[in-house]
Amino acid sequence: MSFEDKGKAKEYWDENIKLVLTLLSVWAFVSFGCGILFVPFLNEITFMGFKLGFWFAQQGAMYVFLILIAVYVKKANTLDKKYGVDE
Amino acid sequence: MDVQTLTYVIVGITFALYIGIAIKSRAGSTKEFYVAGGGVPPVLNGMATAADWMSAASFISLAGIVSFVGYDGSVYLMGWTGGYVLLALLMVPYLRKFGKFTVPDFIGDRYYSQGARTVAVICAIFICFTYIAGQMRGVGVVFSRFLEVEVDTGVYIGMCVVFFYAVLGGMKGITYTQVAQYCVMIFAFMVPAIFLSVMMTGHIFPQLGFGAELLDASGNASGVYLLDKLDGLSAELGFAQYTEGSKSMIDVFFICGALMFGTAGLPHVIVRFFTVPTVKASRSSAGWTLLFIAIMYTTIPALAAFSRVNMIESVNGPDGKGIPHEQAPSWVNSWEKTGLIKWTDKNNDGLMQYSKGDANEMKIDRDIIVLATPEMANLPAWVIALIAAGGLAAALSTSAGLLLVISTSISHDLLKKNLMPNISDKKELIFARLAAAAGIVMAGYFGINPPGFVAAVVAIAFGLAASSLFPAITMGIFSTRMNKEGAIAGMLAGLGFTTVYIIYFKFVNPAGNIPDNWLFGISPEGIGMLGMIINFVVAALVCKVTAATPQSVVDMVESIRFPKGAGEAQDH
Repeated sequence: MSFEDKGKAKEYWDENIKLVLTLLSVWAFVSFGCGILFVPFLNEITFMGFKLGFWFAQQGAMYVFLILIAVYVKKANTLDKKYGVDE
Repeated sequence: MDVQTLTYVIVGITFALYIGIAIKSRAGSTKEFYVAGGGVPPVLNGMATAADWMSAASFISLAGIVSFVGYDGSVYLMGWTGGYVLLALLMVPYLRKFGKFTVPDFIGDRYYSQGARTVAVICAIFICFTYIAGQMRGVGVVFSRFLEVEVDTGVYIGMCVVFFYAVLGGMKGITYTQVAQYCVMIFAFMVPAIFLSVMMTGHIFPQLGFGAELLDASGNASGVYLLDKLDGLSAELGFAQYTEGSKSMIDVFFICGALMFGTAGLPHVIVRFFTVPTVKASRSSAGWTLLFIAIMYTTIPALAAFSRVNMIESVNGPDGKGIPHEQAPSWVNSWEKTGLIKWTDKNNDGLMQYSKGDANEMKIDRDIIVLATPEMANLPAWVIALIAAGGLAAALSTSAGLLLVISTSISHDLLKKNLMPNISDKKELIFARLAAAAGIVMAGYFGINPPGFVAAVVAIAFGLAASSLFPAITMGIFSTRMNKEGAIAGMLAGLGFTTVYIIYFKFVNPAGNIPDNWLFGISPEGIGMLGMIINFVVAALVCKVTAATPQSVVDMVESIRFPKGAGEAQDH
């Protein structure tokens, strides 16, 4: 066991799950939400020459995906260090 | 030099480069053959994975599809990039820590069952074969269009090149050739897109030009936004609004989901992340991969819009009445020769007219959007040659990645782990090479005699990955309680439902493949997401009423949840 005790292992995993779920809710919000479900509503707004819903579907969602992975990499590495389970 | 000579020269140079790299990075052990020795730096692995992922279809056809269907094409853009978020957050770090060679390895060990392993092997092989048949065809088509050789000859040449570096180099060889192929591919794609963007909107970045005002003939802003122009043209010609599309919302939702979850379950993508040295490296490698893919995928919709406006205006003329065929731009004539553009003068007025409905006189193949871009933008001949080299790089890199999974599935999952457990590493390597060689021959056969069902079964490949492999892997990581019975029942239920639904609408009753007959209005392309939900539900129910997971498996799951002690990918 690399953790000090079972409790630490559970704490680590709970924090990890919280991080993943937070990021995945953003993921679902921009793609299924802004890119699909809210498109009719968002298309009323013009953004840099785009209808906003269309922009999310063909550009914005992909930029957000990139940011999400970058945040995950950074946070997950910090979390590993905090619990002393990094490589 | 004329275009054709230049194309021969550029394609020749790139092929020599790939083969040179393959000779330098030959594989000496199964570990090098399967996972490149587990020592690939994350940025390079990101490039190689991006090349592996972006197929001939992404390079040649995707911009054309988006161009013809507008908003509806977003499902591919979001689906094929959003899947990487799932990969990075839910699978890659844990599978890397698990540290074996293949996806069936994980499923077999985690569910302590040869049955589960076998289901996973069958899915992996089926998915890869569906894919690879299309790739070899792509190689043949690029050869025949740009180099004017027979499609069959093109397929033979492609087979020889892939044979050389996949069989010799294994994962190590293909990883480093894929890095080179990514560079060729992205350069070839971006150059014409950037020129077109500058020409039409004055923006260097196509992503910005996409939302900008069009320039008029003298190079001043015309006050008309590209997308407004496109919506206007679409309405005039009777098409659905470019920015709104015509598919129902629920169908778009499910197709996008099936592609995302399917992407995250594709074995040839997952296995790439076994090649990096650490868990930390696997996380950042997923980020690099998405970055390299996004460079192309955010350009695709921009190129689609530029080319659509350009194409409609060159055919219908600025006044929309049609321009005389003899004054057509040269790219129209040159692609008429290949049959990708056809003009039938229905009303005998000598003018070309493009629209939806009966008055339409133009038959324009979707692939034109990428293939003819350099000519639309009046770019020099070497750019046209680059497109050919880029298309070939896309097709070859994807074929090689797929072949590797096929050969690994046979030599490692089927022979070593099932039928011949005492086989030596050296022998296993020989079998891996033989399997890769056999795979190439079969892929070549399908390239020369393309089965009509290839396009139809691509939906099955994503559906299968989403409804079987993705749930089995994620449950295996995030639940310590999920047992063998639950996982197998879930996989079979998801798999069975998805396959039956697709086969019914694609093969048994293709005439009935209309929204009114679909379950909840979900097309066969999107049904994999429903199959995935069924998988999760069935697995949870069956798990509740069957025996608990053995303690050794629970310990294994707990040990893959944190990075420390990952070491290199290993066999035992």
